[in-house]
Amino acid sequence: MKRALLSVLANETIGPYTLLTVERGPLDAGIPGQFFMLEAPGRVLPRPMSVCLARPGELAFLIDPIGPGTRALCALRPEETINALGPLGNGFDLAVERPLLVGGGIGIAPLPFLSAALGEPPALLGFRSEWHAEGAALVPNADVVIEPTFVTEPLAELLSHEVLACGPEPMLEAVRSLAPDAQLAWEAPMACGYGACYGCAVEIDGELKRLCVEGPVLAAA
Amino acid sequence: MLLLNASGCLDALTAPDVARSLDGFVTKTITPLPRGGNPPVRIAETEHGMLNAIGLANPGREAFLDRVLPRLRALGVPIWVSVGGFAAAEYAETCAVLEDVTVELNLSCPNVDEAPESAAQIVAACRAVTGLPLYAKLSPAAWDVAETARAVEDAGADGLSLVNTIRGLALNARTLTPTLARGAGGYSGPALKPIALAAVYACARATSLPIVGMGGVQSGRDVVDLLAAGASSVALGTILFAGPDAPTRVRAELDAECSARGFTSADEIVRIAHDATSTEHGQRGADMVRTP
Repeated sequence: MKRALLSVLANETIGPYTLLTVERGPLDAGIPGQFFMLEAPGRVLPRPMSVCLARPGELAFLIDPIGPGTRALCALRPEETINALGPLGNGFDLAVERPLLVGGGIGIAPLPFLSAALGEPPALLGFRSEWHAEGAALVPNADVVIEPTFVTEPLAELLSHEVLACGPEPMLEAVRSLAPDAQLAWEAPMACGYGACYGCAVEIDGELKRLCVEGPVLAAA
Repeated sequence: MLLLNASGCLDALTAPDVARSLDGFVTKTITPLPRGGNPPVRIAETEHGMLNAIGLANPGREAFLDRVLPRLRALGVPIWVSVGGFAAAEYAETCAVLEDVTVELNLSCPNVDEAPESAAQIVAACRAVTGLPLYAKLSPAAWDVAETARAVEDAGADGLSLVNTIRGLALNARTLTPTLARGAGGYSGPALKPIALAAVYACARATSLPIVGMGGVQSGRDVVDLLAAGASSVALGTILFAGPDAPTRVRAELDAECSARGFTSADEIVRIAHDATSTEHGQRGADMVRTP
């Protein structure tokens, strides 16, 4: 992990989300599913964001402005600077034969980078509304469902694939029940991102473990 | 002056380079038995700080001694072991089996039920079984923290760690129910600094014990304030969560502060806030503490 002060290159609105692109500087993009802690201007703590796109010399993060930290990040404009620390945590295992990407809502954030790394495999994305579904444009070869249809409905017909998923906890639980071998990227409130705060503990194999160190991508079983 | 981490704000085994950038590494609190800690949600940011209710998650004394401590020693950084318990005897049992470390007695975790004995009784029980340096970590929530400081000094403490977090509560904006699963948590970050300064200032007047000051340190300037108030060492807490380079940055800022104020060493700043205005440093100190 490395920390660097990076310039904002672009801020694009995609449905309710913001795609924030920063220069990559001396940082490594890591592997899909890994994340960076981004300084949220004016806030005490940085925010964990998985890499959405890693074009040469750039890092891009898809952010849902749901609180004061994410709103501060979405308000960043080109030429402003923020500190970023990463890449952190464990990403997806890319040694898969017939991948299927599954994402829900802002959980699609790591999928564009993952799709690029895996040669644009099929994807199945679920959203709350047409407006939220504008995010699907970032993921190649995606089929989209909108509530009240959930991704689990079409997923049930596609279980010969190896599933790599990211989304809200109920979606991940539902995916896990259909595809016990799926790789799932989880989310938890996180203060530091590098194992210091013990804030992001989740129950893994009956024990509370730090998601930032053991995850955020975990095998479902 | 030593620059340390506040207990529970760094894992030296996952971030060894950060630990090596400090003058000593303070462990997360060790209790006799393993503890998973409180259920999530365990942390919440607030406008001027953060709340945590981790709940003393730790592998327990035996696993710490067998598996963790040897790896910590290999880092080559002086080790401070934060010792916790739910009765004076539990603290003492852990102190009795520790060697070649400084002990910080966590007498003030706001996230677990407290031992029934007073801070001084716990210090006395530990003093009876160890010759190791004993620091008493006190809560700023006491009405008169200086009185507790005097009591732990009389009981044999070698130093004070000031301050632990103070209890706070955050509510979920949508549901208006507590954000943390435990309800309340320990409040830390920038908002804690004036509270820490007051505690350090009061205890430095009341006792002659060395003080590790902590609470809301963000910058070298904050270190200067804690030293002037009477701390002789300083620990970094929440700022470590904002970035692992905090020790290096704060040190550089402290050096710049010292140079700008005409000090050759940060140690010259210690207790300036208490000095009479008749001395040269006291005069400068008096000016300094009035400057916002």
